[in-house]
Amino acid sequence: MVPIGAYVAVSAILFVTGLVGVLVRRNFIIVLMCVEIMLNGANLNLVAFAHHLDSLAGQIMSLFVIAIAAGEAAVGLAIIIVVFRGKIATNVDQINLLKW
Amino acid sequence: MTPIFFAYFALVSVAAGVLTVALRNPVHCGIALLALLGHMAGLFVLLHAEFLAVVQIIIYAGAILILYLFVLMLLNLKTEERYFHRRYAWYIMGVGALTVELLLVLLASRYGGMKGPATTKAVEAVGNSTAIGILMFSDYLLPFEIVGVFLLGAIVGAIVLAKTPTPSEVRGGDR
Repeated sequence: MVPIGAYVAVSAILFVTGLVGVLVRRNFIIVLMCVEIMLNGANLNLVAFAHHLDSLAGQIMSLFVIAIAAGEAAVGLAIIIVVFRGKIATNVDQINLLKW
Repeated sequence: MTPIFFAYFALVSVAAGVLTVALRNPVHCGIALLALLGHMAGLFVLLHAEFLAVVQIIIYAGAILILYLFVLMLLNLKTEERYFHRRYAWYIMGVGALTVELLLVLLASRYGGMKGPATTKAVEAVGNSTAIGILMFSDYLLPFEIVGVFLLGAIVGAIVLAKTPTPSEVRGGDR
């Protein structure tokens, strides 16, 4: 029987990994991938507590998080395509104008 | 047997997360993210969330990650020399120290709390998917509908954003 603290620790490590990735990477697509890592860490936390507290609410919230991650990926990648087509930049630190 | 599987899934998913952040080639990062998502599904199975594990494989690994790889290969990004923000690299040490502190607190916590009705045995009696479905279409119907509207908005937004502008729009626009 694995204690819940171990699951929560793994989820915290994943969340921090994604956070560091969002902060240090320059490529826009990889920043979005790091956001996915953070969402996965949050999902693991929700499911671990759902198991620990004998409730299904965490699993359902986790499903909603997956749906929102899908929407975020679609819109984010569409924005990346627009930015790339306009030959503006592919790195987040070069995209510093909201409207041009 | 469960601790062995947990150790395997946890170690590989953390390593894959670190590789996703650290690898230079974006396609390699995508493959590392695929490994992370697959092993996360394994952790979900260990937590008796079988339906969620399948959803993770189908939607995350099967749809979202493929979308990322499509866009990566569509854009044909060049691998850059400077792929990190050098300025922010010092923050990693601070974040690492905070993480160690956080892990010490998390591993020492006792995790009490009020237990709900859905024990593992009760859920397994009807099946995980059935239990989730009944709960989602009764107690969580409103969030479910809101997520449906949200996804519709996301689809419309993605199409509008990524559509190639027609010549008249380009001429008429105030670019």
